[in-house]
Amino acid sequence: MQILKNKKYAIGLLLPALLLVSVFIYYPLFATFYYSFFDWRDFSNYKTFVGLNNYVQMIQDYAVRKALVNTFIMMVCVIVFQVGIALVLALIVDSIKAGYKFFRTVFFFPVVISGTAIGLMFYLAYAYDYGLLNAIMTAFGGQKKVWVTENSALIMVLIPVIWQYVGFYFVIFLAALSKVPHDIYESALIDGITGIKKAIYITIPLIWDVITVCISLAIVGTFKVFDIVYVITGGGPMDASQVLGTYLYKIAFTGQNQGYASAIGVLIIVLGIILSTISNKLTERETITY
Amino acid sequence: MSGMTKKFSFVDVIKYLILILWACTTVLPLLWVLNNSFKESNEILLNPMKLPSKLSFFNYSQLISYGNMNIFRGFLNSLIISGSVVLLVLLFGGFAAYVIARFDFKLTGIVKIFFTGAMLVPAFSIVIPSLVILRKLGLNGSYLALILPQTAGLLPFATLTLAGFMKTLPVELEEAAIIDGAGVLRIFFRIIVPLSIPGLVTAAIFVFLWSYNDLFMSLIFIPIREKQPICVLLSLVSSVYGTNYGAMMAALIITVLPVIILYVFLQEYVIKGMTAGAVKG
Repeated sequence: MQILKNKKYAIGLLLPALLLVSVFIYYPLFATFYYSFFDWRDFSNYKTFVGLNNYVQMIQDYAVRKALVNTFIMMVCVIVFQVGIALVLALIVDSIKAGYKFFRTVFFFPVVISGTAIGLMFYLAYAYDYGLLNAIMTAFGGQKKVWVTENSALIMVLIPVIWQYVGFYFVIFLAALSKVPHDIYESALIDGITGIKKAIYITIPLIWDVITVCISLAIVGTFKVFDIVYVITGGGPMDASQVLGTYLYKIAFTGQNQGYASAIGVLIIVLGIILSTISNKLTERETITY
Repeated sequence: MSGMTKKFSFVDVIKYLILILWACTTVLPLLWVLNNSFKESNEILLNPMKLPSKLSFFNYSQLISYGNMNIFRGFLNSLIISGSVVLLVLLFGGFAAYVIARFDFKLTGIVKIFFTGAMLVPAFSIVIPSLVILRKLGLNGSYLALILPQTAGLLPFATLTLAGFMKTLPVELEEAAIIDGAGVLRIFFRIIVPLSIPGLVTAAIFVFLWSYNDLFMSLIFIPIREKQPICVLLSLVSSVYGTNYGAMMAALIITVLPVIILYVFLQEYVIKGMTAGAVKG
C-alpha cells in the first residue's frame, strides 16, 4: 500500500476541506476575539481600540443578562421536558405491542421542518384574531386572549423550542432501548418487577450513558436557538424572550455595533466550550456492556 | 401477572392515549395550516377550524409576486444553494474522509482534532468576520456568499461521519486496484464512492436539510431579495404580508412541502442522517 503512505496525495485530498474550514471557521473564530477589543460601527473601515470596554458594557447590559438568564432557563427546561418527554414516550412505545413504526414516523416529523416554519406556525397559532389557540378557546366558550405578552413571551417561545426536538431524542432512546437484552427483563419479571418500577430500577440505569449524551446534546443545542425565537417574538417584547443568538443579531445588524456584537460572540464561544467540556466529562463514564 | 393474560389492559389504553395525544400535537398544527391555506382570508377569520367552503388557490397564486418577493423564486434559490452545498460537502468531505480512513500517519490524527474542534464553534459567534471575508473576496450578493460558509460549517460533521463509514469498507479492492496501477483519484471515484453510497446518501440528506432549513446564515450572507433562499422569505412574510393570513399559510406550506415529501419517501435515511453522530452504534 505504498500509495497510502504518500503524504502528497493525502495533503492534496485534504486541502479543499482544510482550506474552507480554516477560512470560514478558524480564522473568523480568532478574528471575533480580535474585533471584540474595538469600537467598530456600520462595518466601516475605521475601528478604534478600546481594550475591555465592550466587555465592561456587556456586564452592565440588561439585555445580555436577560439573554443569559433565558438561555439557562431554556437549558433546564430542555433537559427536563424535551429529554424527559422523549424518554417517557420511548419507554411507552417500547412497551406496546403495535404501532412502533407509526409513532416513530409521526414523532420525528417536526425535527425535519425548519425552525422558521415552526416559528411561523406558532406565530399563527398564537395570533389574536384567527389563531388556533383562540379558536379553541372560543370553541369551548372561553374568551380570546393575547398570548404573547412580556410575562409570557419566554414560555411561548419555549414551547415550540422544546416540542420540535422531542422526536429527535425519542428516536435515540428507542434505538438504545431496543439494544437492552430481553433476558434482563425476563429475570426482572420473575422477580415481579414490572411497569414503572421496571423503568426506574432497570431500564433507565441500563441506558444511562445514552441519557447523558442526550442531555449534553440538549445543552449545546440551546446555544443554537435562533430561528424560532426570531420569527415568533424577535426577542421581545422588552427583551423578555431574548436569547444570545437573537441579541447578537440585533446588535450586529440592526444596532450596527460590530465590536460589541463580537464581544457577545466571544461570550457565546466561551460558554459553549465550558458547557461542552463539563457535559463531556459527565458523559465520559464507561459504556455499559451486557 | 394477571394483566399479562388480557389482550388489552387498562394500562395499554392509557399508553395509547398518551402516544396519540403527542402524535396530535405534531400533526394537527400543520393540518390546520394546510386547511386554512385553501381559504380566503375573511373565511379564515370567520371559521379558523372549519374545512374550506370551496377549495381556493388564491393564496398560492398571490405568492408568485407580492412586491419584490416571490416564494417560488426563493424555492429555486434554495435548490441552487443547497444543491451546491451538498455536492461540495460530499466531494471535499469525501476526499478528507478517505484520507482519515485509509492514510496512516500523524497528520490524520491532527486533522480529526481540527474537524472536531470546528464543530464546537457556533455559527452566531463568527458571522461578522465571515461577512468581512466575503466582502473582501467580492462575493457579496452572490450565491457563493452563502454556499461557501455553509459548506465549511457542514464539512466537519460530514467528513467525520463519512470517515467512520469508509473505515468499515474492505480494503482488498483498493489493494487490487493499486497493483493494477490505478491512481488515488481513480480509486476514490471508482471504488470508494460506489461502495460508500449508503453513507453518502445519509450525509447528503442531513446536509441538504440543514442547509435548506438554515435561517441565520442565509439572513446575513444574502442581502439581495432575488437571491434569498426560501427560509429567509418565510421569515419575512409576516412583515411583508401584514395581516394577509392566507398568504402566510400558503407560504408555509410551500416551504415545508419538499421537506415532508423527502421525509415520507426517505424516512430511514432522514432519521439516520439527522441522528448520525449523536450516539455511536
